[in-house]
Amino acid sequence: MRWYWIDRFIEFESGRYAKAVKNISLAEDYLHDHFPAYPVLPKTLVIEGLAQTGGLLVSEHNAFLEKVVLAKIPFARFYAEALPGDRLVYLARLESISRDGAIVSATSHKDGQLQAEMEIVFAHFNSSQIDSLYEPESFLRMMRMLGAYDVGHAADGGPLLPPARLLQAVAADHAQNPPQNCHRQPARPGDAEVPNCSGTGSN
Amino acid sequence: MPTKEEVFEKIRTALVDALGVDEDEVRPEATLVGDLGAESIDFLDIVFRLEKAFEIKIPRGELFPEDVLTNSAYVKDGKVTEEGLAELRKRMPFADLENFAQNPVVQDFANLLTVADMCRFIEGKVQVTG
Repeated sequence: MRWYWIDRFIEFESGRYAKAVKNISLAEDYLHDHFPAYPVLPKTLVIEGLAQTGGLLVSEHNAFLEKVVLAKIPFARFYAEALPGDRLVYLARLESISRDGAIVSATSHKDGQLQAEMEIVFAHFNSSQIDSLYEPESFLRMMRMLGAYDVGHAADGGPLLPPARLLQAVAADHAQNPPQNCHRQPARPGDAEVPNCSGTGSN
Repeated sequence: MPTKEEVFEKIRTALVDALGVDEDEVRPEATLVGDLGAESIDFLDIVFRLEKAFEIKIPRGELFPEDVLTNSAYVKDGKVTEEGLAELRKRMPFADLENFAQNPVVQDFANLLTVADMCRFIEGKVQVTG
């Protein structure tokens, strides 16, 4: 199982807000333990999904230069259960951001009704020791898979593009270690210089 | 232009929201760490709320000059030196440092800041009436 608790972005406005969806399927293993005969998405995983939506919004705002960690949930309220077959629409809005971190207000809606709301405080965590957790190619692949560059807009209203720094890091890595089994994905904004490759790196 | 009472009310709201404490716990003499249970990450949250409530910017280290406490020039054997105390007095005119100065153990510094200190800090950044 992969630790993705959103399926894709449907809107991404740099520095302002991001909207993502989470589709809940009975095929997801954990639902059969939580709870037997009464599958329901754990509230903690709604928080995680909103934190992933908001965390990537915060991280993108600083061109992914800062490591963003969930630091605190000042409050969280839940109004409805999330069940197999439901589609949750997550909205994370950037309220404040500074050198030290950011605060995000977040909601989850189900069938147009408020399912959950919360605030999330993120801290910027700079440490070269955790650089290895953020391998540029994996990171770009994740952002593309989540559709951020398909739907996103930069602060100036233009299309959201991957930071040049990450593209250069991937290109430099490919120059040193030519990837195997490369194939082009359909063209997306900003990925012209970097092939999407399978069979290299980890996901 | 807010009154001192309005400054206190907004700070109380920020602390209630950030720390999950009851309104009546937020008294002027209450310490943020010891009485209200603030942890280091809460200060980030509190600063965001104060910035929004008062429409101000609070630069890093202005409310809580932790850089002084990690500067070897100002700390010796776990205590803040005279030079360090002078720097803290200069940087924190809103705080009463005299009790701390009698035995300036670095670890005790975190429990220094009170709600009244925070009010004076904000009053120094926004013009107040009354």
